[in-house]
Amino acid sequence: MDFIRNFPFFSIVLSLFSGPLSSILGGRWAKRVNGAVIVLCGLMSCAVLWYVCRTGQPFVYTMGHFPAPWGNEIRAGVLEGLMGVFFCAIMLLCMLGGSREREAQIQQSKQNLYYIMVDLLLCSLLALIYTNDLFTAYVFVEINTISACGLIMIRQSGHTIEAATRYMIMSLLGSGLLLLGLCFLYDLTGHLLMSNIQETVHALVAQGQYQTPLLVSICLMCVGLAIKSALFPFHTWLPDAYGYSTVSSAAILSSLVSKGYIFLLVKIFYRVIGFDIISDSKVIHVLFAFGIAGMIMGSVDAIRESDIRRMIAYSSVAQIGYIYMGFGLGTAAGVIASIYHVICHAATKSLLFVAASGIAQASGGSSYFKDLSGAGYRNRLAGVAFTVGSLSMVGVPMFAGFISKLFFSQAAVGHTVKMLPTLIALAVSTILNTVYFMKTVIRIYTPLKADILPEGYEEIPVRRQPAKSGAMILFILLNVILGLNSEPVIRLIQRGLEMFS
Amino acid sequence: MSRKVPREQYEKTLSYKLKTWLEGSRDLYLDNVEMRPQSPRMEDETLRQRFLADKRRERDRVYDTKNNREVALFKKLYRIFSFLFCILLVSMLLIGVADLPPFGEADRPVNNEVSQRYIERGLQETGAVNIVTGMILDYRAFDTLGESHVLFIATCTVLILLRADSKTGKNSQEETEANDRAYEPKNDVILQTAARILVPFIVIFGIYIILCGHLGPGGGFSGGAVIGAGLILYVSAFGFAKTERFFTAGTYKWMSFGALACYCLSKTYSFYTGANHIESVIPLGTPGAILSSGLILLLNICVGVVVAGTMYTFYVMFRKGNY
Repeated sequence: MDFIRNFPFFSIVLSLFSGPLSSILGGRWAKRVNGAVIVLCGLMSCAVLWYVCRTGQPFVYTMGHFPAPWGNEIRAGVLEGLMGVFFCAIMLLCMLGGSREREAQIQQSKQNLYYIMVDLLLCSLLALIYTNDLFTAYVFVEINTISACGLIMIRQSGHTIEAATRYMIMSLLGSGLLLLGLCFLYDLTGHLLMSNIQETVHALVAQGQYQTPLLVSICLMCVGLAIKSALFPFHTWLPDAYGYSTVSSAAILSSLVSKGYIFLLVKIFYRVIGFDIISDSKVIHVLFAFGIAGMIMGSVDAIRESDIRRMIAYSSVAQIGYIYMGFGLGTAAGVIASIYHVICHAATKSLLFVAASGIAQASGGSSYFKDLSGAGYRNRLAGVAFTVGSLSMVGVPMFAGFISKLFFSQAAVGHTVKMLPTLIALAVSTILNTVYFMKTVIRIYTPLKADILPEGYEEIPVRRQPAKSGAMILFILLNVILGLNSEPVIRLIQRGLEMFS
Repeated sequence: MSRKVPREQYEKTLSYKLKTWLEGSRDLYLDNVEMRPQSPRMEDETLRQRFLADKRRERDRVYDTKNNREVALFKKLYRIFSFLFCILLVSMLLIGVADLPPFGEADRPVNNEVSQRYIERGLQETGAVNIVTGMILDYRAFDTLGESHVLFIATCTVLILLRADSKTGKNSQEETEANDRAYEPKNDVILQTAARILVPFIVIFGIYIILCGHLGPGGGFSGGAVIGAGLILYVSAFGFAKTERFFTAGTYKWMSFGALACYCLSKTYSFYTGANHIESVIPLGTPGAILSSGLILLLNICVGVVVAGTMYTFYVMFRKGNY
């Protein structure tokens, strides 16, 4: 067996072990360990991606001395490798982009606890990506939920405590429904391993047995994961959680935590139930309808918001709506577009959060619109970064968001019933996106009328914050690369989905 | 042409008045308007009362949630819809459950080759007499590894929320300690006598449950919970002065790190050897003996330490905010 096949397991265990290790270290060393772990996991994911691309075969890795249906198992294919690389890269950039705010906003003696949360969050994301076992996925969903709560409330203020409570309640409801769905599925199939469940489910469908419990189980899992990833009617926990937590937490939560659950849902669709059964069931119509509603309502809420960070948070609701709309189309092209949008949204939304913190910093720490005039001149890089992120979210060619909108509309064309609603919703949502993002861009580039800067406002040159500036430059590059050179990524997603079934 | 006009006559003309007004040399108010010092403004009691009454009426009428018809309607609809929604959800789940395979029959899907192998070959393959322990700590040890880290991260989150780090000021150690002292009964004779008798037995029983987890019912999770309960009883009876002699924040830190690192490293070894088909050097021993079943005993001890520490830490954090 090639040594490289150990890498998925090594990356999970490394990030898992770094959690307890950080608990005995001080904040400074915990930060270093955290950075090293993210880089190492990213490199190992790169190696895994390269390896599966070369061999053209996914591989399974037995966790222990007992083969699959008895013991645990993890599995790596192209899509898993790609997601691992992207998640690690974006997490590293988020941590770089918010390091200054983190040190100011988190109590000095609790800094190392923050890095424990991030380490274990990375571990749970990697485990969700690589696992081939539904119950393992559930265990790591628990770790993911608790660490996300910690990330929200470590900046201790009334807002964040309330947000964390709300997040905890909604997220636990989601976990509970997911667990209930798993129990139903286990009772019907007698397996927890994804490949065995799929075999049994196909046999059950062929014989026409147990159709109602199967449908109930699919519904429970879909609703559970939809609550956890903030699909439209379940999004009320989101704006506070993203709007008031520290910058790197907000960026990580919006770009990685919700995307981990969406990736788990893709796995359930393809690896556990089988996508043909899912697209025959009526569940996807419901996902489609709520996705469309989310695309519109999220943008409307964002327009009404007067706080820039809460506006970006509401924009996430709309983008999650896009992703579920793509699932709801029920075609492979729709799912490919959704997965591309997962990557593109992760890259863009974290850029927007980091840039918004830079803009707020140049405006005396306020993130209200009325205080932001001329911020693009005071912090030039943040202004450019915010503009790039906005253009990408709106869907201007050359940036990542354009490609995903293009793929969504291509996937919709040719669909008999859902074509028109999808195209109309895309058009309306694009216009609404333009309204609130361009409003912000115009505001930050409107010169301030006063001759002398008000108190607290300051010019922030690029060189003063090397970490944040570097993170923003890399984010901008990532967006432009995803926008100009989407072909390889799309091909990898296609190959990965073929390997899934 | 112009004619000479005497000054007195000129001073009466309009043009002279305009000129002086423009130059500002004549004060229009002088001799015309009387300047009086401002009298202090008296608060008119009736006006103030009327203003307050207006405010009150506005508040009552506009923001009156008790008599506001729309709010009342919303509340009513909310109740009706949540009731209907719950009925819908419950009936959906009941229909789903009704169609599940009947409980207790031999040909249920759950009775397949997976559980068969656990039952038939569990003892031989894991060396644990208690099959459940063998399953969670050997067959499916990866899940349990995740589960013990769930406890660890839950403790960390509670530490974020409740640990009082500053020595003085709001939410400081002094303040929380003062609160703690105010509400606790000190030196309760009944509690202390009962604790003196019970705590040793509870702790020894917990240790027994952990150590015999692979031989009979028990294991790290339950045994750790029992030890944690014993510690909590001890601290409620005798106060923190006694427990802090052997259990502080540092103790907990190193204890949990040691246990989790031990778990993580030993399982990494066994996962690595298993996946790469290398023969593991860990002997299974004779089933039924205390030192048997490979790593399971060690893992049970690790899990027990983590669980006991977690329980005790939760209690301390909620009561005092510091060790």
